[in-house]
Amino acid sequence: MAEKVLVKGNEALAEAAILSGCRHYFGYPITPQTEIAAYMAKRMPKVGGVFLQAESELAAANMVFGAAGAGARALTSSSSPGISLKAEALSYIAGCDLPCVVVNIVRAGPGLGGIQPAQSDYYQATKGHGHGDYQMIVLAPSSVQEIIHLTADAFDLADLYRMPVMIMGDGMLGQMMEPVEFDLGERRKLPEKDWATTGTDMKRKHNIINSLIMNPDDLEACVRARYERYEQIKATEARAEEYMITAYGTTARIVKNAIVELRKKGIKVGLVRPITLWPFPEATYKKYADKVSAILSVEMSMGQMVDDVRLAVNDKVPVHFYGRTGGNIPYPDEIIKAMEEIAGGDK
Amino acid sequence: MQQVFKKPNALCDVNLHYCPGCTHGIVHRLVAEVLDELGIEGKAIGVAPVGCSVFAYDYWECDMQQAAHGRAPAVATGIKRVHPDKVVFTYQGDGDLASIGTAETVHAAMRGENITIIFINNAIYGMTGGQMAPTSLPGQVTQTSPYGRDPKTQGYPVRMSEMLAQTDGAAYIERVSVDCVKNVNNAKKAIKKAFQTQLDGKGFSLVEVLSTCPTNWGKSPIEALDWLRENMIPYYPLGVKKDKTTEE
Ligand SMILES: Cc1ncc(C[n+]2csc(CCOP(=O)(O)OP(=O)(O)O)c2C)c(N)n1
Ligand code: SF4
Repeated sequence: MAEKVLVKGNEALAEAAILSGCRHYFGYPITPQTEIAAYMAKRMPKVGGVFLQAESELAAANMVFGAAGAGARALTSSSSPGISLKAEALSYIAGCDLPCVVVNIVRAGPGLGGIQPAQSDYYQATKGHGHGDYQMIVLAPSSVQEIIHLTADAFDLADLYRMPVMIMGDGMLGQMMEPVEFDLGERRKLPEKDWATTGTDMKRKHNIINSLIMNPDDLEACVRARYERYEQIKATEARAEEYMITAYGTTARIVKNAIVELRKKGIKVGLVRPITLWPFPEATYKKYADKVSAILSVEMSMGQMVDDVRLAVNDKVPVHFYGRTGGNIPYPDEIIKAMEEIAGGDK
Repeated sequence: MQQVFKKPNALCDVNLHYCPGCTHGIVHRLVAEVLDELGIEGKAIGVAPVGCSVFAYDYWECDMQQAAHGRAPAVATGIKRVHPDKVVFTYQGDGDLASIGTAETVHAAMRGENITIIFINNAIYGMTGGQMAPTSLPGQVTQTSPYGRDPKTQGYPVRMSEMLAQTDGAAYIERVSVDCVKNVNNAKKAIKKAFQTQLDGKGFSLVEVLSTCPTNWGKSPIEALDWLRENMIPYYPLGVKKDKTTEE
């Protein structure tokens, strides 16, 4: 068993990426994810890898596009305003069916917003980043230990399904220190990257990495094939823990404390915590839709994931929302009050 | 029978989609001849831009990747950092390289990124139908400068090669033209030297090629070559702008 060490979320993520075989990191400074870049700047040269501080997030993400096409496990990280700039490359990466991992340590927005923790980029992460018909797998760790496991998973999922994978945390998770083990566990077997640009060596036909398809039928067929793959991912990769207030990431941890108090007060309540935001664990919500009398979605936003919860339960059960935004964190007593109001209204 | 002329091996056996008289085709051929002569097709990885040469990935036999508009130097950086022993090049127009991708170009040069850029300066946005480019000349009439480019409101043309020559990371920068046989021969020499610069690990190399766009200039191919000679060369002087290749 690996030894327990005390580390920050951001640094745990960086080290887990290196342990997962990532040797190419491209980034641009932004709070509250800068520790990832700082860690990579120190560690990459020691493991024969590349750390490159790009001139912008646009360039960093497009460097990842190149490195991914060349067959490497490439990583970039940023926080909300930077992810908006990475959107262009993410669309190209998805359109070229390339694997890569991108990290968003979310801060409150819109605009320059603030630097306090938030979950206000849920829509961006799960519904739209760059242009076009495509999806990205989105993983939402809620502890430093889980950051390590999900980082390793992110690289595997990206390679397996040949698509970008986002790890979405928030400033609190990135900055917080917890004791962890750097043990990645059993990893899955992955396909060869015979599509990569490695030079033909005059031994094979040239590989072309491209998303430009001028014939509408051909483009539609290509997009449809990609969506068939997405269906497979939805069926096999969606994960969640099962209870009744629903929240993800840091917020889920606060909800757990609120649940302990609510149970003491005799309100039977549990937690559904999506680990994958896309694919959204719809089946879990469907399973509970008949069994619970109300669902409360708690988020560090004005209510984004709540839309997906509503879609999943399809009006079978009322879905309520409680949120704080701007970098404010919901306190357990606020959540308790919101839940008590719902439970009281039910009587 | 003695063969005196043939298609370079590194050029795919397909019809290029360029307009009649467009010089993109000449430069494609020169790049292919150089890949052949240096024997580097098998280790070359090219990056195609957004612009008239957007289909360039179908024209060279080496591995190719597409980039978003202006980002080719960033994509090439990513590839080169994964495969430092391969030969990585981009092929970009002036809107791509000198407008939307200025930052990527300048910073690749400043990093001394060991890649080669073939930069097609035709003083116009070809693919989108003839809008003003950052390289359009003062007074030049385009779709978006219908009264002629007025530097007072539309700024001055950028001399990219001279600008990039100021960066310490640039190893070799030359401006050439493909308006006549003599200049085409010089252009090939420059392209070869640029690839050699990369092979020798000397750093960033770029060849700016003054090119024609007869279609959007509204000229016949011959008139276009004359216009290039009479108007572009005086504003964009040919020659070596930076050469660190002899330094140890
Ligand atoms: C982000 C983005 N903006 C705009 C375009 C549209 N666009 C395609 S090609 C082009 C201009 C290309 O001109 P240039 O680089 O000079 O190359 P040329 O066509 O003259 O060879 C533009 C603006 C695009 N594809 N992507
Ligand atoms: S539009 Fe201009 S640059 Fe483009 S192919 Fe035609 S002549 Fe060449």
